[in-house]
Amino acid sequence: MSRIEVLKTYKIYIGGKFPRTESGRYYQPKANGKVLGNICLSSRKDFRNATVAARSAQVGWAAKSAYNRSQILYRIAEILEGRRTQFVEELIQQGSKKAQAEKEVNLSIDRLIYFAGWCDKYMQIFSAVNPVASSHFNFSVPEPTGVVAILAPEESGLLGLVSQIAPTIAGGNTCVVLASENKPLCSITFAEVLSTSDVPGGVINILTGNRKELTPHFGRHMDVNALIYCGNNPAEIKTIHEAAVDNLKRVIIRDGGGYVSDNYESPYLISSLQETKTTWHPVEKIGAAGSGY
Amino acid sequence: MKNKIDYNSDWNLDPAPESIGHIKLKSKYDLFIGGKWVKPKAGKYFATINPATEQQIADIAEAEQEDVDAAVKAAKKAYDTVWSKLSGKERGKYIYRIARLIQEKAREFSVIESLDSGKVIRESRDIDIPLAAAHFFYYAGWADKLEYAFPNRQPKSLGVAAQITPWNFPMLMIAWKIAPALAAGNTVVLKPAETTSLTALKLAEVIQEAGLPDGVVNIVTGYGKTGAMMVDHKDVAKVAFTGSTGVGKIIMKAIAGTNKKSTMELGGKAANIIFEDAPLDQAVEGIINGIYFNQGHVCCAGSRLFVQESVYEVVLRKLKDRMESLYVGNPMDKNTDIGAINSKKQLDVINEYIKIGKTEGAEIYQTKCTLPKKGYWCKPTLFTNVAQSNRIAQEEIFGPVLAIQTFRTIDEVITKANNTPYGLSAGVWTDKGSKIFNLTSQLKAGVVWANTYNKFDPTSPFGGYKESGHGREGGLHGLEPYLKFD
Repeated sequence: MSRIEVLKTYKIYIGGKFPRTESGRYYQPKANGKVLGNICLSSRKDFRNATVAARSAQVGWAAKSAYNRSQILYRIAEILEGRRTQFVEELIQQGSKKAQAEKEVNLSIDRLIYFAGWCDKYMQIFSAVNPVASSHFNFSVPEPTGVVAILAPEESGLLGLVSQIAPTIAGGNTCVVLASENKPLCSITFAEVLSTSDVPGGVINILTGNRKELTPHFGRHMDVNALIYCGNNPAEIKTIHEAAVDNLKRVIIRDGGGYVSDNYESPYLISSLQETKTTWHPVEKIGAAGSGY
Repeated sequence: MKNKIDYNSDWNLDPAPESIGHIKLKSKYDLFIGGKWVKPKAGKYFATINPATEQQIADIAEAEQEDVDAAVKAAKKAYDTVWSKLSGKERGKYIYRIARLIQEKAREFSVIESLDSGKVIRESRDIDIPLAAAHFFYYAGWADKLEYAFPNRQPKSLGVAAQITPWNFPMLMIAWKIAPALAAGNTVVLKPAETTSLTALKLAEVIQEAGLPDGVVNIVTGYGKTGAMMVDHKDVAKVAFTGSTGVGKIIMKAIAGTNKKSTMELGGKAANIIFEDAPLDQAVEGIINGIYFNQGHVCCAGSRLFVQESVYEVVLRKLKDRMESLYVGNPMDKNTDIGAINSKKQLDVINEYIKIGKTEGAEIYQTKCTLPKKGYWCKPTLFTNVAQSNRIAQEEIFGPVLAIQTFRTIDEVITKANNTPYGLSAGVWTDKGSKIFNLTSQLKAGVVWANTYNKFDPTSPFGGYKESGHGREGGLHGLEPYLKFD
């Protein structure tokens, strides 16, 4: 008699813990005619809890040394590499061909390493010492925008997710992510990778659920600083833009596809989630300018 | 303090008025569209007045839909046929010409600016106009070097930029808008604030004199309604706005769901923080400069003062003494420190906030200066006993009104300073370098002045966090909002 398989209960990931949704609701996405699982149908309250977790983690995450953030991103890649077969299986379960699934996992690992490398480099690329005419030392540096809400791409359940998260956290932000609605399996397993990868709880929070239901809440939350929308639904984009006005959160629209391409390997993905801070200080007597108090 | 100088008696200086005979102003201004002066289709004009005398200076055209359409059309045509085809080098040479012409006419520009806005001639002469010229000069040089600004990217211009500027630094804000837009290869439709259109119209004359191709810069005058027509226009690719957060949000709603790129320089409620180890006399100068500069009509004004408890008494005494020495009055006098409030409307707003401050239980102090009978004036004002939740500590007043709070520890003042929806600027005063860097890295603000305040430069990026807006103006960073990348 063959062994009875143990089925997995899929959870969401908030503040480093794995609760089921507070709403008690679930949904059953299908692939190849088979139900993938009883996936949490996260509520607005879950999103709000996740945002609180992301906010409390943000200052500490940004205060870590760039070198340390870099090592933590690298560690995520290491753990992901170790669990590659599980991800490949899940991608196949969600409808990918084997070769395609393997490629997606490889690219996801490599992308994390790519952004791990940027953590202690983008600051130099985007900083400036500004030659002001008065006698001041004046410099501009990028600083993380803060808490970023991400409506992850629907079609690319792992690579798309990683491509949005990696540049966001590399730049010192924390995030709340709504995973692909119909391909959620990898997002939950990815959360398990995160929880064993030295990533402090709350830096990355991952929810599963109904995109249509949660989109307006993502747009409207007053303690979210920026929002990444992946997709190309004009009505949703308009809703997001309008909702974002309440606290003038930064809105970034990224097309749903093309994650295999090199376009998703760029430091400008980090800088789009940075604010520029300029600091002035007087200098005694530079040349002819006199002192600049 | 028995031997204090009474600045209102024996300390009075002789008048030192700037002459206004040399300036050339028309009594009536039309719209500047496609390189020509065009009458508004509906034939409507409104008066621009001198807020220091309440006398009319000129009539200004009010642009309606047809006029805005014509301006956008002229800008689009200029973009498609001329400006986008020109090399960066040639574009830059035109912008250099504008910079030089502003310098040549600097005195005329400053006088007109002070007449029209109420700001003191010392500031328009030494700050606004020279900085405006410097801005054009700085961005002129970028026009043929854009590909060096963004490594590994191909920058491209956007098209027609709709730009709406405020009344607090009329000419300077116009320079902040037009210079980077042109350098990046865009054409412009600009609307100055309705109370301060004159330097914009004077700039139109400079633009003609510079031989800039017709339609590259169009200047339409009018109220907020005119601005809304520009924002909504389908051929506009970029909206740049400096003004209140309230209006900024209306604009952001209006462009929601479109591909229009935007820059928003909005309100602020900056914390100016004085530690016990600060050079106190310099700090007091910084407080004065932070809140009373330009009558407090400054989005980045240091309107919330935080003083460490141990030095509160001495700072307050020094501050009051220094305030009493401020000359309030005729903006055209070279000795005047504080000029006229820009408009009746703004004076009403400020007075309302002063009333609110008193009602909320804060303690008011105003200087003993005498104010001119005609015109719009407000005495330098401060409030003590202010609570963090008071409206005068939360909302932008945009006038010479300072709200003072105290603190004991660094963590406390950081929390208080950041506890606002705004995030434009901040000030820190201490002689301890490590403390400065601790503070500057934790304050959520786009510009932090340490042991100085309210300094500006074309090479220095300016702009806010949170509800103070997005995008930067100035420096290399100021180019990005006017470009797109493949």
